[in-house]
Amino acid sequence: MNPELRDLYQDVILSHSKRPHNFGKLEDATQTSHGYNPLCGDNIRVFVKRVGDRLESVTFEGTGCAISTASASIMTDMMRGLTVAEAETLVEEFKSLVTAGTVADSFEDSDASALAGVHEYPVRIKCATLAWNAIAAAIHGKNETTTE
Amino acid sequence: MESGDGRGAEVNWAAIRQDFPALATLARGKPLAYLDNAATSQKPAAVIERMRRYWVEENANVHRGVHYRSQLATAAYEGTRVKVQRFLNANSVNEIVFTKGCTEAINLVAHGLAAKGIIRSGSSVLVSTLEHHSNIVPWQLVAERVGAHVLPIPVSDAGELDLDAYRAMFQSAEVAVVAVGHVSNALGTINPVKEIARVAQEQGALVVVDGAQAGPHIAIDVQDLGADFYTLSCHKMYAPTGVGVLYGKLALLNSLPPYQGGGDMIRTVSFDGSTFADSPARFEAGTPNIAGVVGLGETIDYLTCLAGGPVDSRESLVEAMAAVAKREDELYNRTRAEIADIPGINVYGDVPHKASVLSFTTDWAHPHDIGTVLDSHGVAVRTGHHCCQPLMTRYAIAATVRASLSFYNDEADISAFGKAMHVAREMFK
Repeated sequence: MNPELRDLYQDVILSHSKRPHNFGKLEDATQTSHGYNPLCGDNIRVFVKRVGDRLESVTFEGTGCAISTASASIMTDMMRGLTVAEAETLVEEFKSLVTAGTVADSFEDSDASALAGVHEYPVRIKCATLAWNAIAAAIHGKNETTTE
Repeated sequence: MESGDGRGAEVNWAAIRQDFPALATLARGKPLAYLDNAATSQKPAAVIERMRRYWVEENANVHRGVHYRSQLATAAYEGTRVKVQRFLNANSVNEIVFTKGCTEAINLVAHGLAAKGIIRSGSSVLVSTLEHHSNIVPWQLVAERVGAHVLPIPVSDAGELDLDAYRAMFQSAEVAVVAVGHVSNALGTINPVKEIARVAQEQGALVVVDGAQAGPHIAIDVQDLGADFYTLSCHKMYAPTGVGVLYGKLALLNSLPPYQGGGDMIRTVSFDGSTFADSPARFEAGTPNIAGVVGLGETIDYLTCLAGGPVDSRESLVEAMAAVAKREDELYNRTRAEIADIPGINVYGDVPHKASVLSFTTDWAHPHDIGTVLDSHGVAVRTGHHCCQPLMTRYAIAATVRASLSFYNDEADISAFGKAMHVAREMFK
């Protein structure tokens, strides 16, 4: 397999996509948002339970490609326990990661850093950002977000 | 499909592949295996060269200059119209309208039929579940404006139109227009448009056939099909982008109001009111895509001579397209066989009578991931909903992988596809 492809589909990505973490509906969610990528048909819903200023739990459900599923799985892992402000910063840092390959300190040694390879594949960036845009929308009380 | 005399066996396809310079290039450092022909085709060197020659030796505006170059440009532009007439077996050259694409051609007809009151409040336009969005949305736009309905002809699990259901639709709806694709872009299935047209016309409805995907695969005979309107997307049939064709029966075309106003489409203009030219000028407002149309003319010559027959001959074209169909059937079967040993592959529209489009999903990976793996091997396919969301909904899928073959594809292309599919299977299983 060629190295660029290996860089995109690292084992950690494949593992998250095949066995996503925090997958399923969150019954006591306080906020939720639907993310849709019309290009691929990636279709996910993110659930957030917010207690005070903190995201106590984050889950997702839906269908999508390996990149969008892995990214959603990693996002739900990383968001748990953050404050709203921290979550917003992380979303912006993640966008830099997948659009420019810039690895912020927050992503050192995290599974998310494996998604840096996405920036070499411009058409796949929207797959990677879908869940992150969805949680940003959920935090802001919007229940729909699309990649368009 | 019209049948040939088996001359296809004599065509040197390896030599024909050499006519397409794009096929000798690399994609991501690998030899390009271009299997996205249903999206757009690559162009023969002769067509590229003909357009270059147009720009250098003939470029001028058409239909209005008494000068030398304008006459050359007009002759080349109008010469293509005669070639298209032959390509479609139209009755008159005035039945051939150049547009900027198949989409514009359908919009033109939809607009005209609504403006003329043929599509009116309470009437229905029947389309099929298989249709490309470009043969759904233009009808929805005019239907919404006049209070008409757009109703889908159902499609079977195998990807074929349900003709019994289609016939029954005339009992419950006042059908003004039936608009169906000749060949499905998403599945490659060939619709029985002749029968569809016969039924519609018996019931007094007009028939619009979207031939975007038929042009590159089938010898089209609009008179035999009985279509009232027929549209082509020329870039899918080896001609340049930015050119489409609308065929319409002459009396119908001349009964429709203009689509756009401007230069070239008028008879007289005054502030008391203007009068309009007859078809085709009536529908070709403004300076057209002259270079593209000239390129289309060269493309039709190229296709006509593909099996060794003479240019400017309908018979030669029919033979060539029969050879193309035979070649593409072989390539399709070969491509299908290449992934037959991979588990969990679901092929859509896998019927005997079809064009060379292999559309599938897998149980183990999303089409986009497969598309990226194929791309890294130099293999170009389309992944997505193919502008056919109602069809995807019908099959409860979000997307498919679509490998669409042309006569110029070869064994190496198919092997590259097969190898990359096996890599994808190993990665995602």
